[in-house]
Amino acid sequence: MATTLFDKVWDSHVVRHVQDGPDVFFIDRHFIHEVTSPVAFLGLESRGNSVLYPNRTFATADHNTPTMNQHLPVADALSANQLNALERNAKKHGISHWGLGDVNNGIVHVVGPENGITLPGATIVCGDSHTSTHGAFGAIAFGIGTSEVEMVLSTQCIMQSKPKAMRINVNGKLGLGVTPKDVALYIISKQTTSGATGYFVEYAGDVFEDMTMEGRMTVCNLSIEMGARGGMIAPDQKTYDYIAGRAQTPKGADWDKAMKYWETLSTDEGAEFDAEFNYDAADIEPMITYGTNPGMGMGVTKDIPTAESVEGGVDTYRKSLGYMDFHEGDTMIGKKIDFVFLGSCTNGRIEDFRGFCSIVKGRKKADHVTAWLVPGSHKVVDQIKAEGLDKIIEEAGFVLREPGCSACLAMNDDKIPAGKLSVSTSNRNFEGRQGPGSRTLLASPLVAAASAVEGVVTDPRTILNANA
Amino acid sequence: MAYDKFEVLTSTAYPLPIENVDTDQIIPARFLKATERVDFDINFFRDWRYNADGTPKADFPLNQEKYAGSKILVGGRNFGSGSSREHAAWSVYDFGLRCVISSAFADIFKNNCLNVGVLPVQVSAPFADKLFNAIEADPKTEIKVDLPNQTVTLVATGESESFDINLYKKDNMLNGFDDIDYLKNIEGEITEFAANRPF
Repeated sequence: MATTLFDKVWDSHVVRHVQDGPDVFFIDRHFIHEVTSPVAFLGLESRGNSVLYPNRTFATADHNTPTMNQHLPVADALSANQLNALERNAKKHGISHWGLGDVNNGIVHVVGPENGITLPGATIVCGDSHTSTHGAFGAIAFGIGTSEVEMVLSTQCIMQSKPKAMRINVNGKLGLGVTPKDVALYIISKQTTSGATGYFVEYAGDVFEDMTMEGRMTVCNLSIEMGARGGMIAPDQKTYDYIAGRAQTPKGADWDKAMKYWETLSTDEGAEFDAEFNYDAADIEPMITYGTNPGMGMGVTKDIPTAESVEGGVDTYRKSLGYMDFHEGDTMIGKKIDFVFLGSCTNGRIEDFRGFCSIVKGRKKADHVTAWLVPGSHKVVDQIKAEGLDKIIEEAGFVLREPGCSACLAMNDDKIPAGKLSVSTSNRNFEGRQGPGSRTLLASPLVAAASAVEGVVTDPRTILNANA
Repeated sequence: MAYDKFEVLTSTAYPLPIENVDTDQIIPARFLKATERVDFDINFFRDWRYNADGTPKADFPLNQEKYAGSKILVGGRNFGSGSSREHAAWSVYDFGLRCVISSAFADIFKNNCLNVGVLPVQVSAPFADKLFNAIEADPKTEIKVDLPNQTVTLVATGESESFDINLYKKDNMLNGFDDIDYLKNIEGEITEFAANRPF
C-alpha cells in the first residue's frame, strides 16, 4: 500500500497500540530547557523513578537567559533559580547540559540540528511547541507538556493518538525578497491559526525542494501557528549534506546503515492524505501580520481587511485590531515602528543574519528604532563573525547580542514596552507576547531590516531593487 | 501529579466568548519561572483579569461575582492555541475549574488538560452558542457534564449533546490515573523496542 512519509516514521515508532486509546509512542531524541522541565523532574523523583535513557535527552538553557553579559551571574533571581535547577537536574540524572556560556549553548531548536542530534526519521519532542522545527529533516517532531516530559524521562515514551495527515504543496519560484518566513506566514494566513488543528503536515513541491535547510526549519517551525502538531519535509541530499560530520550524527558503518533507512523516507506515489492544499509561489509577497494571532497576516503592501471579509467572529477580530490600535482598511507600509527584533527559533540562524545584512549593508538604523539582534546560538555567532557580518551590523548602527530566546517571549529583560510597535522575526504576535502591552508585527528578516533602517514598515523590495 | 477523579460535574460556568484564546493569555510567559507548581491560580489570565496597577478588571468574567465559584469555563473556538506550556492547564485546574467547553481546542492544550485532570469537552458550534446565550440570559445557568455517559446538558432545558473522548483517557479521568502508571507497567516492552532502534 502506498504510504506517506508521516505514516512511515510514525508507524515505526509505535511500541503498542492501546485499544480504543492512543499509541505508546517511542521517542528517539528529547530536548529539555529550564522552563518546562523542573516540575517534570519533581514528579519523577516524587514517584521514585529514574531517567530510563539519559543519553536520549539533551538539556540547553535558552528561554530566560540574558542576551548581554552572559559571563556575569544572572541578575533575575527566579531565572537564575530555573537555570540552576536545569543544571542540577541534568547533572544528577546523567543528562548532557549546555548551560550559559557553553560553546554549544543556544536556542534548543537551533542547537539540536547544529550538533547532529536532529536526524531524519527520528521522533523528537521537547516541552516547547516550536519543536516542529526539526521536521525540516524528515523527523516527526512536536511540542509536549510537562507531564509528557516526565513520561519521556521515565519511560522514553508518550501516549499519543496519531494525528491526521495533511500535505501542503507550493510550486513555482519565489519572487524577489520573498523568504521562507513569508511562505510560512502566507500558508498560515490561508489556513488561519487553527486550520491545521488535528493534522501533521508534510510540505512538498518546488519551493521546499529549492529551500536551504535553514529555510525549511523556518517553515516547519511555524507549523504549530496554524494549529498543526508539526510539519515535515522529506530528507534529500541537502539534508544529508547538512548533517554529515556533525558532532552527534552517526559515523562510518552506522551512517551507512542509517542512510539505508533514510532513503526510504518519502511519500509513495499515490499515497492519500486526509487533506491536501496547493499554493502558487507567484502569489506570495513579503508578508506582515497586523493582528494578535499569526493567521492575521497579509502581503506587506496590502491594507488591513474589514471584519466582514475575514473568517471567524467579528467581535474577536475587532478586539484584536483594537489591541493593536489599528483600523480596518489601514495601510501597513509607512506605519512608524519603535522596535525591531531579529532572532528566535524561527529566524535566528545564519541565513537570517545574511538576509538582514543584505539590506542594512551601507545603510544606517533609524535613530528612533531600538533593535535587538539575537543569534540563535554561539555557533551562529561564530559564523556571523567568520563571514564579517558583525562588521556590517556594527557599521549600520546595530549591536549583536548573545544567544537566547530573548524578545520572542520576553521572559528575560528583553521586553518591548507597553504600547510600542515591534517588527519581529519571531513566531507569535499574541497580546503581550513580547512584554505586557507590546504590539507585534511578525515578518521576515528582510522586512525587519528594511523597517529598521527606514523607521517605518517598509517593503524590502524597494531596497533590494535600489541595490540591484 | 495526581488529580481528583472526574465523574459527573454540575456547575455554573464562566463564559469567555472570544476565539483563539492563546496560552500566553491563560498564563503569560513571565509567570513561568517557578520550579514548582505554585501560584498558577493567581496568575491565571493575569493580563485580562488585572490592570497594570494590580486592580481587577470589573468587566472580565472571572472577576464577576455572578459567576464566582463556577467549575466550568465555556470558551470560544480554538481555545488554548499557541505554546505547549502545561502551566496553562495547571492554572485552569488550580483556579478551581475542572472542565473547559469549546467548539474547538488546540491539540497540545487539550492533551495537557487530560493529563492534569481538566476535562476538555468539544461541542458543536451551535451548542456552544446555546450555552453562551443561556449563561448570558441567566448567569446561574447550570451545566451538567457527565463523563460516564459522555454528555453535556443544559440542566434547565434538558438540551444535551454528546462528546468524544477515547476510552483510555476516559478511564484515566474517571479513576484519577495518569499515563506514567500505564507506561511504567510495560517498561520491559519499551526497553526491548529501544534495543532495536537504529539510533
